Amino acid sequence: MPIKTYRQAINEAMAQEMRRDSTVIVIGEDVAGGAGCDGDRDAYGGVMGVTKGLFPEFGESRVIDTPITESAIMGAAAGAAQTGLRPIAELMFMDFLGVCFDQIYNQAAKFRYMFGGKAQCPMVVRTMAGAGLRGGAQHSQNLTQMVTMVPGLKVVCPTNAYDAKGLLISAIRDNDCVIFVEDKFLYETSCEVPDEMYTIPFGEANFLREGTDVTIVGISNTVNKAVAVADRLAAEGISCDVIDPRTTSPLDEEAIIESVETTGRLVIVDEMTPRCGIAADISSIVAEKAFGALRAPIRKVTAAHSPIPFAPALEDAWMPQESDIEAAVRYVLGYKR
Amino acid sequence: MSLDKEQFLQAYRTMRTIRDFEYRVSDEFGKGNIPGFLHLYAGQEAIATGMCMNLDDDDYIVSTHRGHGHCIAKGGDVGDMMKEIMAKQGGSCAGKGGSMHIAAVEKGMLGANAIVGGGPPLIVGAALSAKTLGTDRVGVSFTGDGGSNQGTTFEAMNLAVVLKLPAIFLFENNGYGEGTAAGYAVGSKDIASRAAAFGMPALKVDGADIFAVYETCKKAVKHCRSGKGPIAIEASITRFRGHFEGDAQAYRGKDEVKRLMKEMDCLVIASANAIKKKLATKAQLSKIDQEVAAYIDESARAALAAPGPDVSELLTDVYSSPY
Ligand SMILES: Cc1ncc(C[n+]2csc(CCOP(=O)(O)OP(=O)(O)O)c2C)c(N)n1
Ligand SMILES: [Mg+2]
Repeated sequence: MPIKTYRQAINEAMAQEMRRDSTVIVIGEDVAGGAGCDGDRDAYGGVMGVTKGLFPEFGESRVIDTPITESAIMGAAAGAAQTGLRPIAELMFMDFLGVCFDQIYNQAAKFRYMFGGKAQCPMVVRTMAGAGLRGGAQHSQNLTQMVTMVPGLKVVCPTNAYDAKGLLISAIRDNDCVIFVEDKFLYETSCEVPDEMYTIPFGEANFLREGTDVTIVGISNTVNKAVAVADRLAAEGISCDVIDPRTTSPLDEEAIIESVETTGRLVIVDEMTPRCGIAADISSIVAEKAFGALRAPIRKVTAAHSPIPFAPALEDAWMPQESDIEAAVRYVLGYKR
Repeated sequence: MSLDKEQFLQAYRTMRTIRDFEYRVSDEFGKGNIPGFLHLYAGQEAIATGMCMNLDDDDYIVSTHRGHGHCIAKGGDVGDMMKEIMAKQGGSCAGKGGSMHIAAVEKGMLGANAIVGGGPPLIVGAALSAKTLGTDRVGVSFTGDGGSNQGTTFEAMNLAVVLKLPAIFLFENNGYGEGTAAGYAVGSKDIASRAAAFGMPALKVDGADIFAVYETCKKAVKHCRSGKGPIAIEASITRFRGHFEGDAQAYRGKDEVKRLMKEMDCLVIASANAIKKKLATKAQLSKIDQEVAAYIDESARAALAAPGPDVSELLTDVYSSPY
């Protein structure tokens, strides 16, 4: 099977869906680049090059460069989705959610319900999240929790190239507004990705490692860190279940609960701030539904409760590291009532 | 009205300081000494300089992601800025902000901003403080052509008119927002003409000409200080560097940058004009060049040698008091 990067997998999913369905469009800032310029068109293909090549193939009516105008991008996508298109709207950095959130959570998310089931909003918001690139307080945040809490939105966090392609195809075909959160650390990572189109259903977790001692749930790139920790601990005879929920809305609660019923111990890792985050959410679900199975307190490994600092040492301290995950696993294993 | 001898030399020194600062941080970035993203102001120096020379320390400015020049022009400490950009102790923002959040709050430079269009509403607030507190301060938002298209900018302009605030919306039209031309993204083509629709006057100026920028900004500041409400300025300019350091700039025409650097270098234009007007001699200018070069080098060396912030500072300054 061919090896593809996360970036290529996402690009391929969009290209294949655009070939299959002429109502799929891409809209955003510099999704091609070079509009109105003397140099190359498609000069960027998105700031990370993820949409590169779509403009030459599909042209300016379907790959639309916009001014810097996120509210209008998201609103236009929502309005177009309500009226026959299937837009993929790019929000360059997830931090910019602040500029356009109304069009997403008050508009796109609510059409179907508010209008008694008579409207729909089949759009995808592709966005990029994640700290560690020294992008500072306004270019590093993962705000998955903010969209996950909104009824009507579906939220997808692919953690490898294979999942990225299948989940994005599902997202484009979905009849609701889907927030597709790409982790900026993963664009260069690669794995086997089929050339054919395939879908991965939402709400089905992926077990990256199977074990009996501790359950580790990780969101976005943190799950890859969890796998690294699990593999190291396996050498000591500690066996971890590592679960990637793949979508935070819907969330595969069952997979997590079943795992905790076996292991009795849960560590949840996410790269968001600790209050009201995904780790807190999963923790509350397990405390409610699998309390009897727990043999130790649930441990959350999250970022610190502060804006994201610029200085490398501070940012590294801010975000969850493998050593934090390992310490949490050892804590729950060593816990005695 | 125009720059006198002493003012010209000051303007020249500021522009040269910004230029050298930018080229030095570009070098240090290339050597891996600067983390994160870097957007340089090289080529646009006359705009920040000409504007800020008309402001007092207690006037306010807000900036963009391309903020080093604004910060230097407003009197920010170059050594502290260098440390900040290198993420070091003693940096202007304690190493927590970085290039995109460079600030000199004590000098009325209320911060660079990594959210395009984040600044204009903030300057409305600063102008509101000035009006409400009865000071004669003015606020200036530096915004790009790209930022001119954000809803926040439109809302800020309208509110400033409604409240008749001493706010200046200074648009630096450098032709591009990332890799998209202003000619494509600004529907009205010219930014200044939008101001009238909001009910405020606007001025246009060649942003490469320090004399013209200075005089235009002088008029704008006078307009605001005399209580006539907000005003807009559109300064046309180019950028010498990519959108960010490392930008391949494939969207720019062949030899475009080379040509513009020749035609639109504010320092070259300023020197030629000043010598012609007998405001300065070649010798005076090259002395300033040398002094600035030494100053920038010293700042960079000090920053390189400084330690990074201590990890114990991660949770300080999240709130006003311990949490
Ligand atoms: C809300 C928001 N959208 C997009 C970006 C990404 N971005 C950063 S700078 C920039 C271009 C800004 O262009 P302009 O306002 O003309 O300023 P210039 O870069 O030319 O100084 C873009 C799109 C951002 N930082 N914030
Ligand atoms: Mg610009």
